[in-house]
Order: sequence, then structure tokens, then C-alpha cells
Amino acid sequence: MGRRRVKKIDRPLPDGRVAIYRHPLLVRLSHAVNALCLLALLLSGLQILNAHPALYWGEASRFDRPFAAITQTTDAAGDLHGRLQVGGMEFDTTGLLGASRDTSGAMQPAAFPGWLTLPAQHDLGAGRQWHFFMAWLLVANGAIYGLPGLVGGRFRRVLLPRIAELRGIGRAIGDHMRLRFAHGEDARAYNVLQKLAYVAVIFGLLPLMVMTGLAMSPAMDARLPFLSEVLGGRQTARSLHFLTALSLVAFFVLHMVMVLAAGPLNELRSILTGWFVIGRKDRR
Amino acid sequence: MSPVHRRAWLTGALTSAAGLALGGCDRLTSDPRVNSALEAGEIITRQAQRGLVGRTALAREYPASAISADFRANGTTNPDNEVYQQHLAQGFEDWRLEIGGLVDRPLSLSLAELRGAPSRTQITRHDCVEGWSSIGKWRGALLGPLLDRAGLKPEARFIAFFCADTLELTFDGSGDYYETIDVMDAYHPQTLLAYEMNDRPLPVAHGAPVRLRLERQLGYKMAKYVMRVEAIRSFADLGRGQGGYWEDRGYQWYAGI
Ligand code: HEM
Ligand code: HEM
Repeated sequence: MGRRRVKKIDRPLPDGRVAIYRHPLLVRLSHAVNALCLLALLLSGLQILNAHPALYWGEASRFDRPFAAITQTTDAAGDLHGRLQVGGMEFDTTGLLGASRDTSGAMQPAAFPGWLTLPAQHDLGAGRQWHFFMAWLLVANGAIYGLPGLVGGRFRRVLLPRIAELRGIGRAIGDHMRLRFAHGEDARAYNVLQKLAYVAVIFGLLPLMVMTGLAMSPAMDARLPFLSEVLGGRQTARSLHFLTALSLVAFFVLHMVMVLAAGPLNELRSILTGWFVIGRKDRR
Repeated sequence: MSPVHRRAWLTGALTSAAGLALGGCDRLTSDPRVNSALEAGEIITRQAQRGLVGRTALAREYPASAISADFRANGTTNPDNEVYQQHLAQGFEDWRLEIGGLVDRPLSLSLAELRGAPSRTQITRHDCVEGWSSIGKWRGALLGPLLDRAGLKPEARFIAFFCADTLELTFDGSGDYYETIDVMDAYHPQTLLAYEMNDRPLPVAHGAPVRLRLERQLGYKMAKYVMRVEAIRSFADLGRGQGGYWEDRGYQWYAGI
């Protein structure tokens, strides 16, 4: 049924290519709101992390044993240096993490620089205010995007990889590495790697963000103690919250590489207006 | 739309989005309309937690083996004012906890009397707004029965805690630490005026002689060095009117997350 509906609104272009209606309005809108929320959540999250830039495993903090921490030191000449420690490793991150220049050019102690935090100046209360506001928006937006997807069958039709696709995953990976993308009719649907990445974000990373976020709340913990128990304790939940946020950033970088490689104008047009142009030559 | 127009529209949309992101941030974060939207979000957050968590759900308690050896102390760690230092030097012998405001029978309790009041011992996790957690064992007088003894008036809606420490020196005294909680939280079965930590008298760094334990909220709500407890109708005329020292400086009044 979906296929028939899509076919019906195909628009042949004068040059022989075909414009297809790829993304319904609801998906386009919620995709944009989601991107905005995630940006604000990341930046306000880094503002929060600046208050205590050290991550631990377990229920409580062992202050002498963070698994990752950003610190600063002052050398003999009085100059600030930033350091990132992860596991047993240490990196000099002066200029970016731990110590960075403010707008007047002076070196300031801060785990993350102002251009990576919301608000830009040090303000934990405001950062938390933004974070929880955007968290609500993210969840509401997720529900608006997800309910029709689940009930109306769009997820199954568009996002769920088929068995045959999963069998051909080796070739798909090879094609992807060479940045070879489907053309013509094959380009109507997401390819298998794209599907897997979207499913991982929509049903894996984003729900994990919400779950680890709620697990950190002392009030929610009184009602839903299993949340932080299954995660391995509040500080583990906090660390996972951060690592999951990093995974979302990694997805985003890959997402952008793929948009650029597959033809940025066509891709952007499709996610903003819905219309995606596929070539004629390989049309069967 | 012709493809050319569409392309121009796209480019326009993208450049303005980038411009907004880079230049608009400061203007956005200081816009009063934005801030009142954020405050609406805060109210939703509070009410959702209140609705979900309920009156009496208990904060998790832990075995003794979980107690942190390195429980951190934030904020003031030794109030540098004469009155407090004198009490400290005398082992809080003449110290009295005043419980007053909207009550029928104001109380003035010595430390020994407080220790004689109905008490509770609990090993709980302390979550700081900064992000860290420490686990400690607390013993203290249950706040609810103390308020009953003083005869809380029905019009009382909040309980205010006034502290011996000043975090910021100001002329109008708005840098003095204080906190407010509502009556529902005051009667929560884990809400204590704690005088012992890890089986020893409460250390100075953690608020000697008495601090509040409010286990379902963040650390800044749990006032240290409590000198006076007052039942009030509204906190609008305390400090800068937001309900606490940190609330006056932008923190959320309800600190459940
Ligand atoms: C401003 C930045 C972004 C741009 C330009 C962008 C672009 C796109 C494009 C062009 C598509 C459609 C791909 C296709 O038709 O083959 C898409 C889909 C998608 N994007 Fe993004 N994206 C952005 C940010 C994000 C972020 C931050 C996330 C989540 C972390 C995300 C998650 C997704 C998902 C899950 C889909 C599939 C949606 C569905 O079909 O239900 N995107 N994006
Ligand atoms: C409903 C969703 C969310 C909730 C309830 C939530 C909640 C929280 C809470 C309570 C903290 C404070 C942790 C602390 O005290 O250190 C926090 C921190 C943070 N959040 Fe979120 N958050 C959510 C979604 C997100 C998303 C989607 C991102 C990123 C894209 C994000 C990124 C961060 C970062 C980077 C931090 C600071 C580091 C950390 O504590 O892990 N959050 N969040």
C-alpha cells in the first residue's frame, strides 16, 4: 500500500529524472525539532558537566578514582594547562579542555570552553533549566514522531531491515566504504546500514539517554529504584549518560558525512521539503 | 517552486540557521520571554515528579559496607562568624534550636533535647547538584513529630531553615544561607534534623551541630548549621524571594532532579 501511495505522487522532471516524496511532513518536522533539542541538550549537558568534570563507576563517587576527568594545573611560570585523563592515559588539552581562552583572549580554567556550553558563561542553574526543558521537548517530540510510526506501520515498512538485506550486509558495507550509493529505484528506500543506524538511534541511544537521565534523579530513584539498579548505580548512570551522548555525536558526524557523500543538496531538500530526486538511467 | 528558487530558499534557510546558532545564543539565553518559558518547564518538571513519586516513597537505603570513606563537603565548611565559633568552642552547650513561626507552641531545644526526640537512622546517597554522589549514615530527629509537638498551624505551607553560615558577604544579609521545603516534604518519613554522621557527632564540615536531611532532593536543599526552623505561609519575603540561598542565584526550588 505504501509503495502504491509513493508511486502515485512521483513527479517526472523535465530532464528525465524523477522527484519522489520521501519524507512525510511529520517526520521532517520532528527530525528538525529533534536535532535542535539534541544540540541544546548536549551544550547544556556540558555546562552541567563543567560543575564536576569527573566520571565514576558505581553508586557513589570515589573521588580518587574517576575513570575520566578533566583538570587543570598551573606551571612554574603561572600559566594554566588543561589535562584530560581517561583510564590510565593523560592528554594535554590546553586550549580546549581544562583551560581555554575566553572572548578577551585570557586563559580561563573550565572543563569545556564557553562556545561548547549553554549558556556560554558559567551558570549551572541556567544550564539545568535548559537541559530539563529540552528533555521534555525531546520526549514529547519523540512521542509525536514515534506513535504514528509504530501504529501506522511506517517503522516496519521504512526502518526495519529485511532478512535478505541483513544477508547482504557484507556487500552493503563494502559499497558504503567506497561511498557508492544506490541510484534509481534502489534509492527509494533506506539501505540496510542506514536502517540499522537509525534503528540504533531511535530505539537504542535516545531511550538510553532518557533512562540514564531519569536514573540520576533522587526523586525518581525513590519511585523507580530499578532504573539505576539495572544500570549499575547512579554514578554509572551518569557516566553512561555522557558516553551515550558521545555516541550520538559520533552518529551525527557519520550522518553528516553520508549526507555530504550522497549529494548534500538532494539530501537536504528531501529532509526539509520531502522531495528527493532519483536518476532515470538505472530506472528499471 | 522551481528548482532554482528551491535552492535559493534552502541556502537562505541554512545560512540563517547557522547565524542564529552562532550569534543568537547570548541574546537567546538572556531574553526574559525565553526564561519564563524555561520556568514553565521547571513547574512541569516539579509537578511531574510530585505526581509520579508521591508522598511517602522512600529514598533507597544502603548497607553499611556502601558508606563512602571520602564523603565530600561543599559550600561552607566552617562558618567564620563569632556566634558560631563560640558555640563550637563550647561544644554547642548553650546552643538552642528555635522552632517557631506559624506554630501554636514555639520550641527552643538543646542538643540533648533534640537527641531525646523521636529519631531515625538511615544510610542514604547524597547527590550533589554538581553531579557527584557520596553515601553516608545519618541519625537525627524526625522533623514531622517535632512540628507536631510545636503544633503546626493549618495555614503553614513551607518550613524555612535559617543557618549560621554566610556564603556571600552582602550588606542586606541576602548572602546568609537559608532553605525552604514544603510541609509535605517536611513530614516525609526520612526527613531529619541530623546530628550524627557515620556514628559520630555531625562534623563541622558537614553542618555541626544539626543539618537537614531531605533524601529525595539534591544536596543544596539540605541546609547545614541550622539555627532556626520557621513555619511560614510564603517565602516571597525571605532573601531574594526564590526560597533559598541557591534558588536566589538561579537554582531550581524543587531539586528532585
Ligand atoms: C542538522 C543536522 C541534520 C541533517 C542535515 C540531517 C539530515 C538528514 C537527512 C537528509 C535524512 C534523510 C536521509 C535519506 O533520505 O536517506 C535524515 C534522516 C534521519 N536523521 Fe538526520 N540530519 C541531521 C541531524 C540529525 C540528528 C542530530 C539525528 C539524531 C541523533 C538525526 C537522526 C536521523 C534519523 C533517525 C533519520 C531517519 C528518520 C526516519 O526516516 O524516520 N539526524 N537526516
Ligand atoms: C529526557 C532526557 C534527559 C534527561 C532526563 C537528562 C537528565 C540529565 C541530568 C539529571 C544530568 C545531570 C547529571 C549530573 O548531575 O552531572 C544530565 C547531564 C548531562 N546530559 Fe542529560 N538528560 C537527558 C537527555 C540528554 C541528551 C539527549 C543529551 C545529549 C545529546 C544529554 C547530555 C548530557 C550531558 C553531556 C550531561 C553532562 C554529563 C553527565 O552528567 O552525563 N542529556 N542530564
